[in-house]
Amino acid sequence: MKLNKTLVALALSTLLLSACSDTDEKDASLTDGSQNAISGINDASTSGLKGSGLNGSEMNGGMNGSGMNGMSNGDYASTLGPEFNDPNNPLSKRTIYFMLDSSEVMPDFIPVIGAHAQYLIANPAQRVTLEGNADERGSREYNIALGEQRAKSVAGLMKAQGVSASQLDIVSYGEEKPAAFGSDEAAWERNRRVEIVYQPR
Amino acid sequence: MGFCKRVLFLGLLFLCTSPSYAELTIEVTEGVDGAVPVAVVPFASQSAPVSISSIVNADLARSGFFKMMAEQGMPGRPSNAGAVNFKDWQAAGQNYMVVGQVNGGGGQYDVQFQLLDVFKGGQMLGYRMNSSAEDLRRTAHHISDLIFEKLTGKKGVFSGRIAYITTSNQGGKQQAHQLQVADADGFNPQTVAASVEPLMSPSWSPDGKKVAYVSFERKTAAIYVQVLATGARTRVAEFPGINGAPAWSPDGSRLALTLSKDGSPDIFVLNLGTRALTKLTKSFAIDTEPSWSPDGNSIVFTSDRGGKPQLYLVSSQGGQEKRLTFSGDYNARGSFSPDGKTLVMVHGNGNDYRIATMELSSRAINVLTSGRSDESPSFAPNGTMILYASKKGRTGFLSAVSLDGKMQQRLEFKSGEVREPAWAP
Repeated sequence: MKLNKTLVALALSTLLLSACSDTDEKDASLTDGSQNAISGINDASTSGLKGSGLNGSEMNGGMNGSGMNGMSNGDYASTLGPEFNDPNNPLSKRTIYFMLDSSEVMPDFIPVIGAHAQYLIANPAQRVTLEGNADERGSREYNIALGEQRAKSVAGLMKAQGVSASQLDIVSYGEEKPAAFGSDEAAWERNRRVEIVYQPR
Repeated sequence: MGFCKRVLFLGLLFLCTSPSYAELTIEVTEGVDGAVPVAVVPFASQSAPVSISSIVNADLARSGFFKMMAEQGMPGRPSNAGAVNFKDWQAAGQNYMVVGQVNGGGGQYDVQFQLLDVFKGGQMLGYRMNSSAEDLRRTAHHISDLIFEKLTGKKGVFSGRIAYITTSNQGGKQQAHQLQVADADGFNPQTVAASVEPLMSPSWSPDGKKVAYVSFERKTAAIYVQVLATGARTRVAEFPGINGAPAWSPDGSRLALTLSKDGSPDIFVLNLGTRALTKLTKSFAIDTEPSWSPDGNSIVFTSDRGGKPQLYLVSSQGGQEKRLTFSGDYNARGSFSPDGKTLVMVHGNGNDYRIATMELSSRAINVLTSGRSDESPSFAPNGTMILYASKKGRTGFLSAVSLDGKMQQRLEFKSGEVREPAWAP
């Protein structure tokens, strides 16, 4: 109970923290990617539009080949141990849901975040990606920003418990990766979420 | 290649079986007041694989400027001005008419058309052009542009192109995301980038030769600039956090974009030549969706610094920011009309998100659409239409709306969701 109160206080402080940067300061890369074989993009030639600037051109395209099977490794956590599959263990819950246009963690999810934080502290080589998401309403790039705020809220709670920033990556997919399709409240509330994705060690 | 063949096959199939379009349906939401009556008489043609006059008719119809005469009511089928009995067409209530013919074969065609003033009984415009079989659609759009400009004084946009994102389900949770470029009427789609991870926010370079976009293919957001003719591309931004909302400056030398590398998302300007990065906004709130004014002097962007997303303006050199929208609790993704006098935006009201314009002089907001989830508006280069993305159930499609909101054109694609249209300059 005392732990919970602490976590609520931490949740509040996260709102302030979320304005600060949570990401590692990697070197800004401005690399030329045109030489690389980039996953998911395979060369294919298509017939161009004559005189339109597209004619006779090599276009990137094609949906086959390597790189197209790059599914998210969201199931990796289930291989880490039985506690990740036990529905009575908070580690089995790896999705944090949010209210409309809000990045505040609801009290129900604080024990879940706390359990993952404790696991990460006990396993300092383990990294997770916090994937922020939004429902479909509103503009797409704004929803990218909203998804990042949500992921940063979860990261802030974890770091406040002692998780190293180097164990946490953040990416926001906005409304681009819905968990549920549909345009009703039932779908929207499933899509306003942060997924805690354990990365292979 | 298989994809292109399939599209081509579908195109041929519907032309043989039906005068309507396979991919495009035109939906008129209201009667159009003040639309000028025009008759496009079916062109005389022995063997052309594409009906030029049908394409011209459809182009002019969806501009919202004209009321097209139905073929059944036409008092004749003249194919040149000499064969027209103007009195009959005056009696049929037409102001203008288009006649023409397509001759040739073996892959090469000679296309002639005339635009006629029905009341004066004379020719306003007449052209004769050569076209290969595969260029017939382009030739038809070119004819539409010539007619549109003659009748309205504005440049036509029918031979322009659009970029957009499409997603189709590959089975299970697997999604295929594609950035495509197509004709302005949705035909001839070509995939320019494909990924299992999301692609977003295509933005044309002012010369129409490159597209900037966001890709998550490396499981993190990055902005790419791709040359359409070659497919070669450069990753221009992959900072920690958000790399989003690229918008090309009117002179083509810079990209405005959203980065969250310093904490909250802010607007930056990246010089594409020197790679110098300038931070324009510094709020602790969300600042995103930059878009340049046509003169390049200012940038409109979305910010929730006041609690809810609203549009703000900042000089492209940085400095004092000014709030532009006060009506409604959600105004986002603003962009300027080509003349710089009007903004188009996503205007949210309760659970409904619609496309609205705001004249900068009066600040009056005019809601143009009636969907529940309309987004990503993009002005046609002549400023007469706005292309946007809409949703019905699980289907995402593109629509165009005239500036008065009275003409709606829906581009429906065969598979998957289509979104984020960007009209080429």
